Amino acid sequence: MERPAWAPRSIDISMPSVARMYDYYLGGSHNFEVDREAARRAMEFVPGLPKIMQANRAFMRRAVRYAANAGITQFLDVGSGIPTFGNVHEVAQEASPGAHVVYVDHDPVAVAHSQAVLEGKDGADVVAADLRKPRDILESPRVERLIDLNRPVALLLVAILHFVEDTDDPYGAVAELSDALAPGSMLVVSHACVEGIPLPQERAEGAVDVYKDIRNPLTMRSRDEVARFFEGYDMVEPGVVPMATWRPDTAPEDEDPYAFAQFAGVGTKA
Amino acid sequence: MRAEPDGPEDRLRRFATIWSRAVFPVTSTSLTRPEFEERLLPLARRLSEALRARTYDAGEGRAVGAALVGAHCTEPEALSQTLDCVDAYLVLYCGGDGAQEDSRARAARLQSAMAAGYAEALRQRTLAEQEAIARAALEAQGAVARALHATEARFRAVFEGAAIGIGIADLDGNIIQVNGALLRMFGVTEQAMRARVVTEWTHPDDAPQVWRLYEELVRGEREHYHTEKAFHRPDGTVLWTNLTVSLLRDADGNPQYQLALMEDTTERRLLNLRLRYEATHDALTGLPNRTLFFERLEKALSAGDGQRFGLCYLDLDGFKAINDSLGHAAGDRLLVEVADRLQSCATAPGEMVARLGGDEFVALTTGTDTEREVDELADRIMNALVTPVRIDGRELLVRGSIGIVEGPAGERGPAEVLRSADITMYRAKSAGGNRYEMADAEADARAITRHGLTTALPAALDRGEFFIEYQPLVHLGDGTVRGAEALVRWLHPQHGVLGPDRFIPLAERTGLIVPLGRWVLEQSVRQAREWQERHGGTGATGPLRVNVNLSPCQLTHPGLVQDTVDILERAGLEPDALCLEVTESALIGADDDLLKPLRRLSEMGVDIALDDFGTGYSNLANLRRLPVRILKLDRSFTQSMQQFPADPVDLKIVEGIVSLAHSLDLAVTVEGVETGAQAEQLRILGCDTAQGWYYARPGPPERLHELALVDATG
Repeated sequence: MERPAWAPRSIDISMPSVARMYDYYLGGSHNFEVDREAARRAMEFVPGLPKIMQANRAFMRRAVRYAANAGITQFLDVGSGIPTFGNVHEVAQEASPGAHVVYVDHDPVAVAHSQAVLEGKDGADVVAADLRKPRDILESPRVERLIDLNRPVALLLVAILHFVEDTDDPYGAVAELSDALAPGSMLVVSHACVEGIPLPQERAEGAVDVYKDIRNPLTMRSRDEVARFFEGYDMVEPGVVPMATWRPDTAPEDEDPYAFAQFAGVGTKA
Repeated sequence: MRAEPDGPEDRLRRFATIWSRAVFPVTSTSLTRPEFEERLLPLARRLSEALRARTYDAGEGRAVGAALVGAHCTEPEALSQTLDCVDAYLVLYCGGDGAQEDSRARAARLQSAMAAGYAEALRQRTLAEQEAIARAALEAQGAVARALHATEARFRAVFEGAAIGIGIADLDGNIIQVNGALLRMFGVTEQAMRARVVTEWTHPDDAPQVWRLYEELVRGEREHYHTEKAFHRPDGTVLWTNLTVSLLRDADGNPQYQLALMEDTTERRLLNLRLRYEATHDALTGLPNRTLFFERLEKALSAGDGQRFGLCYLDLDGFKAINDSLGHAAGDRLLVEVADRLQSCATAPGEMVARLGGDEFVALTTGTDTEREVDELADRIMNALVTPVRIDGRELLVRGSIGIVEGPAGERGPAEVLRSADITMYRAKSAGGNRYEMADAEADARAITRHGLTTALPAALDRGEFFIEYQPLVHLGDGTVRGAEALVRWLHPQHGVLGPDRFIPLAERTGLIVPLGRWVLEQSVRQAREWQERHGGTGATGPLRVNVNLSPCQLTHPGLVQDTVDILERAGLEPDALCLEVTESALIGADDDLLKPLRRLSEMGVDIALDDFGTGYSNLANLRRLPVRILKLDRSFTQSMQQFPADPVDLKIVEGIVSLAHSLDLAVTVEGVETGAQAEQLRILGCDTAQGWYYARPGPPERLHELALVDATG
């Protein structure tokens, strides 16, 4: 057997995983004590983290529906984590039966879990790859099998770009992926923003430090910096805005303040 | 279903709305609240119906509790809110017409069932998710392990299948792992190999730095080293390897293991040795050849203070004759026999014999006492050759000439030494052979200059480095200039003006004498013609003549007559204005064939003079046979007449020769006249013409013209 390119030297489940922490924030049990312990520490600084994640899921759901209603039938979800509910393929295939979805994550446990969940499902698959190496994603046989790059694709970068540090050139990675996409493709981004957190900055930084401790540094970016990811895209109204205000189904005033913590947007490739 | 205001359906909806508002904030669903309310509505209906059912069914309450978990209300707070909501509003909005107490009791029981159903579902879900994530973790770890195993298996296959020997040892030299190739190279079992320590693997042929490099490596100061190294095999043979040793470090960079890669070069080395032997030995005799000899000589010559060397350069006398008469096979056998005998002459340490090629051999002795040893070595060689060699039933007498060079190391290079030996050997050969001579710096220098001149000769002719001087020939009777002898000179760029004695013999040996002689003849004839034109030519004394020397080589050259005729015609000179001088020795034993061209020339009117008469055999009877018109007496006859009174015996001899010459109708010219008394004496003795410093030294052609002019006017 070939050693897969993604396979790390070893898998250390004594280290917290961002994907499993996310699951924990969303009330799931796909996590271990180390994950919960780290998540609880982060929540000491930012108690509303579960609400942020929930709002993130809700945004993604709206964005996927928007894309599906716009006629897109192919979805590439990079940084998919451990999907507990409201998965992209469920939302997409509900809106557009027969839609193809490929999940991408670099966490081998998340990938193994996704594989188990997707076992026997048509039109959905998972790829072990890293956003920082876009070529690995684009050249993956599973992507090639399910995604026709000559037709529009919805590229989902939901709550992942803030885990790519500037030294790893997130803009370059997004540009490389975008270059491969056909006109009419959509870019869906949500991103942790300094402007959004309804807390003093020191508190937010406390949570950032937790992620640094678990070797998954989190880079908060400004709204303008988030908007820069959409270079070459026409912004879908209302542009890059706090998540809860992106085409909400219900009155944003009713939302939890944390639901505004991340900025989100959708663009259409010209 | 249409909801009439405040009808049962409308009341059910209002219950669901209240319920969803209470629970939504504590769920983590991605549904909107209205969507979530839609999700709760059927559950509310089930509760409503269970409340009003005739018989109580705990299963309905449990199912609703479980459904909450299914709607991702996994926070216990969601249950608490739900139960509070049911407690406060279910009977109010959904109660039937029956007794309030009964309804409340039924609702309480439903709440218990919901709590149990919720707890059961949450436990199931938690367990299932825990199991799923654990399985995913295991699967991921398994994939990594499989990948690692595959990698390891691949590396193991490379390790085992490699053609080169691979061994891993710790830093103390304990051997941990070796591959099959290494075991096969050493010819040992793995157990035997692993019982060894690297540092035991010393070998006498180890390069001096090998173990220092090893120590540096295991101390972590060196990453790798490469060497050629020999190892003992258990069967007593030697294993030669190309060895590369690398330091392996752990993840933190600390030295951990040493890795040895070795390639078996034993065969290649043997082949190299064989090739080296063949490249350095003579195939016929098995003696070391020129290459090896030069290496050894170079070593001997670069040895330290107090070290000396002695060299015997042997060339067999007359070997070519043996080869020519008995054939090469016999010649080869003779060489092999000589080689064997020479070999037995140089058996001491520091001595060697080599064949340089053909019948040339060298014997070398080195050490501190070679002054004595080299003489003994030469004696041994001469003695070894005394016994005749028996080949094809013939006894062949072998003789050799040896040139010996001996001296301290560090002064001369091998080429210089060998040249000196070669020159000395030729000296021994010229002295008759079958002897040895010691090198002598002066003789070497002469030979070297001679060699230099010889090689420079052809270019010198092309570059016009030769010129001609003329020495007047004076009539003894009236003292007038009658002509001149042309004498060639070489204006050498380094050595200055060289006389013919320095280069004519060399030109004869190389054959250059023919073009050089022709050039001299051309120049001289043209000069004679010029004199005639300027001098007016035909006075009482006749035209000025020119004497040109002919070397023995030119004499036998088939073009002599034709060349001479052409030159005379081109210049427009009468043949009787030319005299060709031939040495007496060149004509000794001359047969008719050799004399024929001279006769032809003589018949044409060219005078022939017999030069240096009286130095050779001087066969007077022979004179009659020769087409000679003039005898040139050697200067040795005239030398004694420089004193006064002259030796009467010499006078008698000269008188006799002159009288004999005149009786044969030959004119007599004398050379080397330096004093007036001498000239007077010779005139009295009857000599016809003279030349010498008394009259004039050899000089440029204008001088002769001037002298002749003086005669004419005086």
